[in-house]
Amino acid sequence: MNTVLSRANSLFAFSLSVMAALTFGCFITTAFKERSVPVSIAVSRVTLNVEDFTGPRERSDLAFVTFDITADLQSIFDWNVKQLFLYLSAEYTTKNNALNQVVLWDKIILRGDNPRLFLKDMKSKYFFFDDGNGLKGNRNVTLTLSWNVVPNAGLLPLVTGSGHMSVPFPDSYETTKSY
Amino acid sequence: MLSLDFLDDVRRMNKRQLYYQVLNFGMIVSSALMIWKGLMVMTGSESPIVVVLSGSMEPAFHRGDLLFLTNRIEDPIRVGEIVVFRIEGREIPIVHRVLKIHEKFMVQHRSCSVRCCAPTPSLFRNETPLSAPLGVFVFSQTLQNGDIKFLTKGDNNAVDDRGLYKRGQHWLEKKDVVGRARGFVPYIGIVTILMNDYPKFKYAVLFLLGLFVLVHRE
Repeated sequence: MNTVLSRANSLFAFSLSVMAALTFGCFITTAFKERSVPVSIAVSRVTLNVEDFTGPRERSDLAFVTFDITADLQSIFDWNVKQLFLYLSAEYTTKNNALNQVVLWDKIILRGDNPRLFLKDMKSKYFFFDDGNGLKGNRNVTLTLSWNVVPNAGLLPLVTGSGHMSVPFPDSYETTKSY
Repeated sequence: MLSLDFLDDVRRMNKRQLYYQVLNFGMIVSSALMIWKGLMVMTGSESPIVVVLSGSMEPAFHRGDLLFLTNRIEDPIRVGEIVVFRIEGREIPIVHRVLKIHEKFMVQHRSCSVRCCAPTPSLFRNETPLSAPLGVFVFSQTLQNGDIKFLTKGDNNAVDDRGLYKRGQHWLEKKDVVGRARGFVPYIGIVTILMNDYPKFKYAVLFLLGLFVLVHRE
């Protein structure tokens, strides 16, 4: 330890190992935490159209959904959560496909933002197209709110809120653009 | 000065010790390679650790963050997952989130009937080359989900990725996926980005490391 270079070298090595230990500590203390919270979803309106202008040529079903979300996510935030990526997804089965999942709306909640959600009459952010015409008369379309916990360092779990809403879709298309 | 100290060491080494040093170097390189290949097998992905190269997933991932990927076949692709994929014809992997999936059929039980396991060409592309009747049983054990097509979008982008895909391609498929992101460490990958942007820096570091290992006694 008698030259500047060897002192700088050992200082650098020590700080690197301390940072590595802290990062591992962040990961291991939150790796097995339960991150699910009850949520409540309500759907006020569903309309169905047949207009697909972004995908392949065939005309597919397009739906518009208006919904309400209530959730309290305060308990999920801890020292190792950087942000929560929330997304509302619709899951259903059709004749063409056994499983379809479409994200209708998403939101990023950063650490420090208000974690209590009381959203009313929200419109979907993304177009709800089906791959085909399976939405008309579909008896069971389930909406769930899930989130992706993004940590400061560690695992990236996908958690589904414990509360979902099943909606039957209308049997006919709306001919006027009432959205 | 530094240079004279270790050059003395080299001069004092005889042939046997020189061979020992070279062998040591070879051991280090091959154990690093073994660890990497072992990780590849464990995770099922061809590139189990990737560095985020663009800002399209901010504020979750910034340039230089490290992602740990898995690509196990029993884990089906679902919305909300962060996938790393390659577009056909391009070699840069892209890290985005799945927005929509449409899956042709799901197989979950061993005793599924012939009707729901009807073989199609895409199923047998990567699986064992058995004939159709035998293939039904193999299929229900090895595959957990069927023909799946999905659409992705970066969190920080305003539109989905259809503009990025190949001309005429509207969906991604399982074969384009390098892996799903399961773990994350911030900032460490900046070294890789520096080495890619300044190749002279990369050669200098590698040269110095090699020199140190070959010449240093321990």
